[in-house]
Amino acid sequence: MKKIYSRPQSLRDVVNHYCPGCGHGIAHRLVAEVVDELGIREKVIGVTPIGCAVVAYDYWDFDCSEASHGRAMAVATAIKRVRPQNIVFTYQGDGDLAAIGTNETIHAANRGENITGIFINNAIYGMTGGQMAPTTLAGQKTATCPRGRDIKLQGYPLKISEILAGLPAVKYVERVAFDSPQGVIKTKRAIKQAFQNQIEGIGFSLVEMLSPCPTYWGMSPEDSLKWVRDVMSKEFPLGRIK
Amino acid sequence: MKKEKILMTGNEAIAEGAIQAGCRFYAGYPITPQNEIPSFMSTHMPDSGGVFIQAESELAAINMVYGAAATGVRAMTSSSSPGISLKQEGISYLAGAELPAVIVNIMRAGPGLGNIWPSQADYFQATRGGGHGDYHCIVIAPASVQEAYDFMYLGFDLADKYRNPVMILGDGTLGQMMEPLEIKQPKIKNYAKPWAVTGCKNRPRNIVKSFHLKEGDLETLNLSLQKKYKLIQEKEERYEGLYLDDAKIILVAYGTMARIAKSAMHKLRAKGKKVGLIRPISLWPFPKKIFQEIVSHKQSAKFLVAEMSYGQMVEDVQLAVNGKAKIDFLGRSGGGVPSEEDIIRLIK
Repeated sequence: MKKIYSRPQSLRDVVNHYCPGCGHGIAHRLVAEVVDELGIREKVIGVTPIGCAVVAYDYWDFDCSEASHGRAMAVATAIKRVRPQNIVFTYQGDGDLAAIGTNETIHAANRGENITGIFINNAIYGMTGGQMAPTTLAGQKTATCPRGRDIKLQGYPLKISEILAGLPAVKYVERVAFDSPQGVIKTKRAIKQAFQNQIEGIGFSLVEMLSPCPTYWGMSPEDSLKWVRDVMSKEFPLGRIK
Repeated sequence: MKKEKILMTGNEAIAEGAIQAGCRFYAGYPITPQNEIPSFMSTHMPDSGGVFIQAESELAAINMVYGAAATGVRAMTSSSSPGISLKQEGISYLAGAELPAVIVNIMRAGPGLGNIWPSQADYFQATRGGGHGDYHCIVIAPASVQEAYDFMYLGFDLADKYRNPVMILGDGTLGQMMEPLEIKQPKIKNYAKPWAVTGCKNRPRNIVKSFHLKEGDLETLNLSLQKKYKLIQEKEERYEGLYLDDAKIILVAYGTMARIAKSAMHKLRAKGKKVGLIRPISLWPFPKKIFQEIVSHKQSAKFLVAEMSYGQMVEDVQLAVNGKAKIDFLGRSGGGVPSEEDIIRLIK
């Protein structure tokens, strides 16, 4: 019998701590598959965030360093500069990368650090209980905008990927969504491209993933995927941005 | 052979000392009065095969140091008081993840924006942890340009030896003044760093972190940190003592203030006053033992603590002396510096 599908070597056999229908599990696995396929498990260093994915390192069987909230791009910058022979990536949520860490994100990108950013956008703060994120949609209800995000008071959803794409040193930005099997395939392709760019020394690459959070969206996992497809991806258009 | 000396500022001596001590990563953000350190590093660090980054903020700088230290490289940052306040979260993470790194604080006067005059008002934020959680930085206070250079070797060695952040605490005067410096190049001890993230080739993966969610795990870590701090307290107390055998009045001061106190002591001794000096070099661990020895053997000794702050180190002297001797205090702040005459007046 031929084995055609198994756990990636880079993915550890641990109990899943994420909520039912959460997107992190898919993103973790896709990163592990790409690391295996590129044969970089022994030289990859992951920089993990504060947020729901704070223990992302528990899922991966390669070296990782925790970063304080928002500073993953600064930590990754230093690791890559002192060890250019390694493959360094950050894994960050929207609060981490696009609110408290906006400064580190923009400046690492603007310096053209040869690193890879994996950006999970679920339009909410999950770990702390569903507060408004920089990427929360207009009208979307959260724990800190219970009447819905009012753009007059709280501004518009921040499109950090479009901002980064405007910087000359940024080489690759793509927004994907794993709302369907096709979306998962596209997401994996984009992650692979972002790592491949680093291997080839091309420069700063970022993949933004629209990711479901059924718990704090107050939806079933199935409806969450539908919301990603029908609502979220209208605000955050999918495809190659740069 | 006569040893050759060169003229350098304290800030340049710190940067030169760091590179000679094997530091190969520097990240910092401009702030007066420590700007000569990043300027020096921007040319000499790349020339020595290291990495220099002018960070976008103090927060980014300390977290870059965290990243570099996580790979096992000797890494440092420098700043001045308000900038150190911003770095404190990152320093707490360094302590929690047990990463060795050196943080230089060339103090200016506060609170708030304060001013750029010299000060020692960061004693509390240096020696009491400063950031969140139960931890200590090892804190070393140079009092000359030579010590500014020498203590970079000591700082990086202690950081690696104990896997702990080390703060070099100077003030604007020390950073800006020039003195002759002997370049010594002592031997550097290399410490194995099997915990570093370098890629998991031929070994199980390494994780650098300070997060311990499971019940009891963090308490276990904190207890092991306390054990380490106790060992550091036992082994690493450092001070300079002068005329402690016959002194009836012992001046206590560190850094720039200790130089002024030393001059006052010499003038007073010339007039026949039995005055001595304790200059703490390690501010944490504070050199308690010498105070305890003195008060248990010499019932008559009195202390005069002088600071460029309003009563910070004096609390450590009080804890060490434990009510067994009289302690007077002389302090100025906001850029004011107690003079020799201020000290002499109090002792006459």
